[in-house]
Amino acid sequence: MFDGLTNRLGQVFDRLKRRGALTEADVTAALREVRVALLEADVALPVVKTFIDGVREKAVGQEVLRSVTPGQMVVKLVHDHLVEILGGDAQLATGVTPPAVFLMVGLQGSGKTTTTAKLARRIARRERKKVLVASLDVYRPAAMEQLHQLAKQAEVSATPIVAGEKPLAIAARALEQARLEGFDVLLLDTAGRLTIDDELMAEVAAVRDLAKPHETLLVADAMTGQDAVTTAKNFNEKVGLTGIVLTRVDGDARGGAALSMRQVTGKPIKILGVGEKLDQIEEFDASRVAGRILGMGDVVGLVERAAEVIDKEEAEKLAAKMQKGGFDLDDMANQLRQVRKMGGLGGIMGMLPGVAKIKDQLAGAKVDENMIKRQEAIIMSMTPRERKDAKLLNASRKRRIAAGSGTTVPDINRLIKQYMEMSRVMKQMGKLGQKGIMRQGLGSLFRR
Amino acid sequence: MTGWFQRLKTGLGKTAIRLTQGIAALVTKRKLDQPMLDELEETLIQADLGVATSGKLIERLKRERFDKEVSSEEVREAFAAAAAEILAPVASKLAPDPRRKPHVVLVVGVNGSGKTTTIGKLAHRWKADGLKVMLAAGDTFRAAAVEQLQAWGQRAGVPVVAGAAGADSAGLAFEALERAKREGVDVLAIDTAGRLHNKAHLMEELAKLVRVIRKLDPSAPHDAILVLDATVGQNAHNQVEVFSKALPLTGLVVTKLDGTAKGGVLVALADAFRIPVVAIGVGESADDLRPFEAMAFARSLMGLD
Ligand SMILES: Nc1nc2c(ncn2[C@@H]2O[C@H](COP(=O)(O)OP(=O)(O)OP(=O)(O)O)[C@@H](O)[C@H]2O)c(=O)[nH]1
Ligand SMILES: Nc1nc2c(ncn2[C@@H]2O[C@H](COP(=O)(O)OP(=O)(O)OP(=O)(O)O)[C@@H](O)[C@H]2O)c(=O)[nH]1
Ligand SMILES: [Mg+2]
Ligand SMILES: [Mg+2]
Repeated sequence: MFDGLTNRLGQVFDRLKRRGALTEADVTAALREVRVALLEADVALPVVKTFIDGVREKAVGQEVLRSVTPGQMVVKLVHDHLVEILGGDAQLATGVTPPAVFLMVGLQGSGKTTTTAKLARRIARRERKKVLVASLDVYRPAAMEQLHQLAKQAEVSATPIVAGEKPLAIAARALEQARLEGFDVLLLDTAGRLTIDDELMAEVAAVRDLAKPHETLLVADAMTGQDAVTTAKNFNEKVGLTGIVLTRVDGDARGGAALSMRQVTGKPIKILGVGEKLDQIEEFDASRVAGRILGMGDVVGLVERAAEVIDKEEAEKLAAKMQKGGFDLDDMANQLRQVRKMGGLGGIMGMLPGVAKIKDQLAGAKVDENMIKRQEAIIMSMTPRERKDAKLLNASRKRRIAAGSGTTVPDINRLIKQYMEMSRVMKQMGKLGQKGIMRQGLGSLFRR
Repeated sequence: MTGWFQRLKTGLGKTAIRLTQGIAALVTKRKLDQPMLDELEETLIQADLGVATSGKLIERLKRERFDKEVSSEEVREAFAAAAAEILAPVASKLAPDPRRKPHVVLVVGVNGSGKTTTIGKLAHRWKADGLKVMLAAGDTFRAAAVEQLQAWGQRAGVPVVAGAAGADSAGLAFEALERAKREGVDVLAIDTAGRLHNKAHLMEELAKLVRVIRKLDPSAPHDAILVLDATVGQNAHNQVEVFSKALPLTGLVVTKLDGTAKGGVLVALADAFRIPVVAIGVGESADDLRPFEAMAFARSLMGLD
């Protein structure tokens, strides 16, 4: 139904590839796609705007043109920025002087009761604490019964139900019970409420004043649309939140509400609900949720794919140049720089069309980074004319270059020989196609 | 009448006010140009209309008014008219046919959307209409789901067929239909457990339930209602799409429209799927179920009237 960001940025990448360099207009174009993708993921509009501004600021600060693959950077920046914003301290305040009181709030049907039982079970098992739950939902039919049944499944205690008792009175009784019976943690489940229901908002505020909770968690559905901002903002203002629980993450919603709520409240998302069963609860994972919102499960994979595509084109350009015999020492220096930048030979291999398979052959050639740096230095000590035409390099010029680059004349000779080899093999590659290279072996290119 | 409409508007009001302010801030009698259209589009997206439907409404506005001087009022009128035009064909209602003895209404949806509550409200209404009603507690999974439906049955004074916790819901539905036939019930509503549409085994469970009750009545269910929560965003599209593949959906009920959530997604759904909207939920009480009226809804949404 909706295109993921992957598709959208794919189109932008195509454009970038053709142009070869990332201009400010490109950043803007890419961010426009990011904007639409975020909106389709249900991130609230004001939040989208702030987010885009944040990314743009970072993108402008970076020297995008120096990047080998500019498109890569946009994705990375967007993803990293999202992870940064989504992240936060997910620790739950269970370690306070007992009893630690948790207040669960949220809209109708968001998953409060289920999450209360899930948390109770988790804290009781993982932290070996004595946990009590109490339902303050006197409105929804069988709401208290539901929590009691779940508490039993979770093997935690529940405050007994007293017919006709008001929420505030139940809270007081539960607190009393927790203190008297030495519970470490008390979880208060509340009725679902709309933030425009002043009466019910005042009720839960009164419970908060009485119970002085260490955690007030907003339980919200991952499928929530643009309204997430209003709901989160209102609960935060009227009740005061310490964190957010995102439920139904086991669904296929993109979950933009997570970003909306995180941004508008400034409160961390602490827990994910990933199913109806009591053990289906997970710690918040910013990068997982970020990937979902962006509609790309595997950012790293995407980045790698993008890198492959873009480098291949550069390599093709290079190959075309070589075929015409136009490969000069500047091109070689360029290649060497890239080898270094990409962290080794794997990189340059990827830039040559279709030779990824013979990577292993190259690995045997034992080229180290220092050698590459030395060769770069040698080329940099040449004049532009020398770099264009290696035949100019006579004995006196070689001595000058050796002195300038802190190397020896034999080093220079080796480099020239290697350049000639490279030039020849590359020319052949053009003639013979990939098969020719395979036969010849690329190891020879970098032999010392 | 005024009561419920007022209530809907108070709920929608917040939405509408924000929407209105948004649009008003953008348009105070100025020339309708592209940047302005872009911003208007964002305003619609903010109402959960989604990118595609918003684009469509904007296109229409552009066709009619581009380069003309427009006021905020005119823009809202135009949007309301366009939204109502999309919504009007899907405005419908539930009309159980008592001659079917029983007319079977199957209620499905994702977790917590308001299925059980909606059944409770429907039971109330049908009972008031003088129909003989029966409810089936087909949610055999969720804790106290049976008790919840039983409470609603008690309130409405209608019988609830329930089985043991963890029992097979298709079997329970079969049993309820058998009993309803025997007792000459006019309308039988079957509650089901909440399920996320991306869980294939749970969707298959629904398909099975339909197959099983068809052994008793090949024309059942006569209505299959998907209950949607008004706070839902674009995921509603996936919900409608997948649920309608698993069983023959006949209508939608949108709940929780008394909240701050924008009902905008409904416009998008009507546009994309053309599935009838048979009622809306505007509260947690028995009488908080309302007919869906396209024009009133669209105008309220745009802050008109
Ligand atoms: N798939 C899935 N379902 C969930 C999750 N959390 C809760 N649910 C289901 O969502 C529905 C509503 O959950 P409840 O815990 O009753 O929600 P609530 O917020 O207490 O509801 P009210 O008290 O009526 O406001 C139930 O069917 C739960 O099983 C989750 O993480 N994933
Ligand atoms: N404000 C408001 N609340 C509603 C409306 N309809 C349902 N609710 C509330 O939403 C919550 C969930 O409703 P249920 O009827 O239990 O939802 P469900 O779909 O049966 O839930 P599961 O069976 O757990 O999947 C309850 O707290 C209801 O009172 C409505 O129209 N407005
Ligand atoms: Mg509850
Ligand atoms: Mg239910």
